[in-house]
Amino acid sequence: MMPELGKYADAVLSSYIVSIILLIVLVAMSLRAATKARAELQKLEERRRG
Amino acid sequence: MASLWEYANPVKFTRTAEKVLPWVSILATVTLVTGLVWGFFFTPDDYRQGSTVKIIYIHVPSALMAINVWFMMLVTSLVWLIRRHHVSALAAKAAAPVGAIMTVIALITGAIWGQPMWGTWWEWDPRLTSFLILFLFYLGYMALWEAIDNPDTAADLTAVLCIVGSVFAVLSRYAVNFWNQGLHQGASLSLDKEENVADVFSTPLYIAMAGFVLLFIALVFLRTRTEIYKRRAQALLARERLG
Repeated sequence: MMPELGKYADAVLSSYIVSIILLIVLVAMSLRAATKARAELQKLEERRRG
Repeated sequence: MASLWEYANPVKFTRTAEKVLPWVSILATVTLVTGLVWGFFFTPDDYRQGSTVKIIYIHVPSALMAINVWFMMLVTSLVWLIRRHHVSALAAKAAAPVGAIMTVIALITGAIWGQPMWGTWWEWDPRLTSFLILFLFYLGYMALWEAIDNPDTAADLTAVLCIVGSVFAVLSRYAVNFWNQGLHQGASLSLDKEENVADVFSTPLYIAMAGFVLLFIALVFLRTRTEIYKRRAQALLARERLG
């Protein structure tokens, strides 16, 4: 299944691996920040309502 | 049809984001995975570049986004400066880390491709240099948001920085045309059939580009909504402190 990348295998694979890791980190950090911000806001709104 | 300005209302924006986000996220994942899997597994080697041509499916879309995210930030910053809509300033703030990561990906994949093809990881070529400066502008933009406590002042100053940085965003796009002595080749995609990459490469490339655009849209919705939540929490905390 793996394509034959020849002598440039390291270059191609490292490009994909680094980029995919960076994209995953970006998405994970965005989701984490979203969850945290929503939880904090809900806590404050509940406290406000008493 | 609802006016675009309705989305300047934070409540309206968050409601819309709730509805749109799941669909855009699914579409982004499907298109991105399709484009990258197609490009990596099912395209032939180029007769000159060999298998390094597969890097195009990451490098070109990320470079496209690096430049266009800055233009999106420019538009939303101008909307903030002219119409004082907070959501537009927050959308620019939310987009910056996405643009910065896209610029890093473009720079890294370009360097990895350049080593075997040009014989060097880096060259002070007009396009490469303007891209590096654009990345520094992204870092400066994000740092400026964090450095200023007053959010309106931060939005004003970052908007001005965004306008200045747009010069480098334009240079990043057109450096190859302005200066003809660089290493970097012209655009991979062209309306001119002679200059455009072959169809066998261009179809997955267009899909990967659509995937990157959709991923950006999803992330901007998500991150802008997060910024709105944070702003609302700050306002509630300030109200609590006042008693």
